[in-house]
Parts: sequence; C-alpha cells; structure tokens
Amino acid sequence: MNATVVLELFISIVLIFIGVLIVFSKNIIKSIIFLSILSMITAVSFVMLKAPDVAITEIVIGSGLITFLFLFTLKTSKKAGDSE
Amino acid sequence: MKKILALLLVSVFAFFAITLVQSDQLVPKFGDADLSSRVSDKYISKSVSVDNKVVEYGETVNAETGSANLVTSIVVNYRSFDTLGEVTVLFISALGISLIVGTTDGMIKRSESGFILKTGSKVLMPILLIVGIYVITHGHLTPGGGFQGGSMIASAVLLLLISDHEFVPNMNKFKVLEGLSGSLYIIIGLVSISLTGYFLKNFMPTGQVGELMSAGIIPIIYLFIGLKVGSELTGILSDFLKKEANV
Amino acid sequence: MIQISAIVLMLLGIYGLLTTKHIIKMIIGLNIFEVGLNIFIITIGYKTGAVAPILTSQNNSSILNFVDPLPQAIVLTAIVIGFGITAVGLILAKKIYVQHNTYNIDEIGGKI
Repeated sequence: MNATVVLELFISIVLIFIGVLIVFSKNIIKSIIFLSILSMITAVSFVMLKAPDVAITEIVIGSGLITFLFLFTLKTSKKAGDSE
Repeated sequence: MKKILALLLVSVFAFFAITLVQSDQLVPKFGDADLSSRVSDKYISKSVSVDNKVVEYGETVNAETGSANLVTSIVVNYRSFDTLGEVTVLFISALGISLIVGTTDGMIKRSESGFILKTGSKVLMPILLIVGIYVITHGHLTPGGGFQGGSMIASAVLLLLISDHEFVPNMNKFKVLEGLSGSLYIIIGLVSISLTGYFLKNFMPTGQVGELMSAGIIPIIYLFIGLKVGSELTGILSDFLKKEANV
Repeated sequence: MIQISAIVLMLLGIYGLLTTKHIIKMIIGLNIFEVGLNIFIITIGYKTGAVAPILTSQNNSSILNFVDPLPQAIVLTAIVIGFGITAVGLILAKKIYVQHNTYNIDEIGGKI
C-alpha cells in the first residue's frame, strides 16, 4: 500500500462524505459553502488523474464564481439563513 | 412517499451504472485505456493529415499544430468548431440573463466591508489580473488558455465588486469589448476560408514547438476568447446585483 | 476508487434534486450531478503510469505514455456550460421569489 493508493481511497471517501453533507443539511448557506469545498477537492482529484487544465478551470469557475452566484441570489432576497 | 419513489428511481439508475462500469466493453477498466485504437493517437503525434513523425519539444519546426499543450491543440485547432459552439452558448446565456433582468434603477444597497477585505483586495486584485493575462497568452505552452484566464479576469472584477460598496462598473465598454472579440473570432474563420478553403484552418506558419511565438493562429484565437469570456462573466455577475424595478 | 465515488456523487445529485422543496437546493443538486459527471468522463481516459499531456523539456517526445487528452477537452467545455446553466437558473429563481415572496414550491402551488 503505497502513498498514492491511500490518497486515492481517502479522497474518494471525502468526496462521498461531503456530497452527503450537502444533500442532507438543513441550512442553505451551509450547503453553498460545502459545494465550494466539493469543487476544491474535485480539483485535487483532477490533478491526481493527470489533468491540470481541467483542474484550473474547476477551481476558478466552480469554487470562485458559482459560489458567488448563489450568494448574490440569496442576498437580494431577504431569506438568507432560513432552514428548508 | 416522495422519498420512497426517489429512492426507487435512484436504485434503478445505480443498477444501470454499476452494470456499465463492470462490463469491459462500453467503458474500459480503470487505468487501462488503450490509446492505439482511439483517435487521440493521431492528435498526440500531430499526424491527422500528414504522415507519422515524432514531435520533439524544442526541435520540431512546422509541425501540424505546433503547440506544446496537447489539450490546447485539440480545443482550438482540431475541434475548433466545438469551441465556437461553446462561445455561442455562453453568449446566449448572458443575453438571456440581461433580458430577464430588464431595465433597472441601479445596484442594490451594499454595506461597507471590513478592514481586512478592503486592504487585502487592494493587494490581490492587480496580481489576479496579471496572472490572468499571463495564463491567456501562454495557453499553448503551459496548462491554461482562454477560458481559464478569462475567468480569472472576471474574478478580479468580482473582488472589486464585493470589497468596494460604491463601485459601479461601466458595462458599456465591457459589452463593446465582448461583441468585438466574438466577431473577430468568426472573422478569422472567414479569412481562413478565403485563404485555405476550410473554416478555421491554421493558415499561418507554425514555428518551433516550445517558443512563445509559435503555433500559428492558436494564441490569437485564445486572446480573443479570453477577452470575450472575461467581459461576459463580468456582465453576468454585475447583472445579479441590480435592483428590482418598481412595477 | 474514484470511478465509484463519481457514480455515487451523480446519484446523490439526482436524489437531492428529487426530494427537496427549496428551489435553490434543486439547483445545488444539479451542480453536484455535473461535478460527478465531469469526474467520471476524465476517468475514462486515464492510464496508470502515464504523464500529463503537455510536451515539456523533460517529457519532450511524443511517443511517451500520455493520458488521453480528448476527454479533458470535452470536460473543459462542459464546466463552462454548467456555469451558464446555473446562472440562468438562479435568475429565474430570483424572479419567482420577487413575484411570490417564497422559495418553497408547496406554497407557490404551480402558479408560476
């Protein structure tokens, strides 16, 4: 069991765990922040799959711009922070 | 009731997906992609229309595409029509968003940001802008390109939007830049028809693989795509902050 | 393995899309589905022991072991189009909120 196999297993489990946290969380701002964290860990897994172009695109768009689209939508409505 | 039906549907999908992955005919086993039977073999050795030659970094002159980044040579040269389609989809979505938002009275009231955000963004914004321009122009040598660099430029303007509560971007100049860059991409394709007879074919000489001035029209097209994507995403983000018009 | 976790992410996205009542959470579920799909497409082109598809001064010849660059070009396009879809969906959700003053689809009742 060398280091890459352990790292690959660890990242797969973390991806599934954060996905479960997004779907089953009651507060909507927590879901948005966890979506941004999911994009960051996806970019780490893209680097492990030897795809640097896709990793740069996923970080900048998925974790930088999409999070702000969601937060701007909630800002213009007065219900930020309410549960489901 | 809804949850049980959703679980049933998801388990049907799971059954299909696991069958797809386990059978080795539709999807190859993980890590065993056989490249000699795919078309990527010809994209890697840059021999789609000429004979098989070995391409070396820093030595081959006048190869078929001339860019050292193989993904860039696919996106801009071999499958350039798909990139034109993607630019069109982004344009249509930006157009649709600004039509739905409509005419408004200005931006919503933003509160003043804290001290860390104000001083940190003053340091970070020029660095983001310069890294974005670097990533656009070196798209054929390092990982990067037009889409990545354009999004970095848009996120530099986004940083300015969230840290300064009185910043109103003048979108007229951005829209002119976006329209100009998009039409220049198509004009290059039409010039290529008149010079070589094919839409978006490489008509300039590709220099030595690995130099900055190489790869024909690839850096020029990526420059236009980068400017267009940057101004388009800035327009989308600034449309999200407009105030609702009084009905 | 990463392929199995990509399929599980897709299934979680579909489940979240179907069982929620908040409009913004439906769009979050769609985003999770797209992330899982992009990871799955890139694992199709992976070769163990190969290098990234860029010619540098160390990997300087084109007869080396490269991973497949074609799925990466496809996923590049897919990520940017996913951004466009999310943006249009959120603007429509905002318009629904302005008219009905709620995000819950039970209270809207189908009169969009």
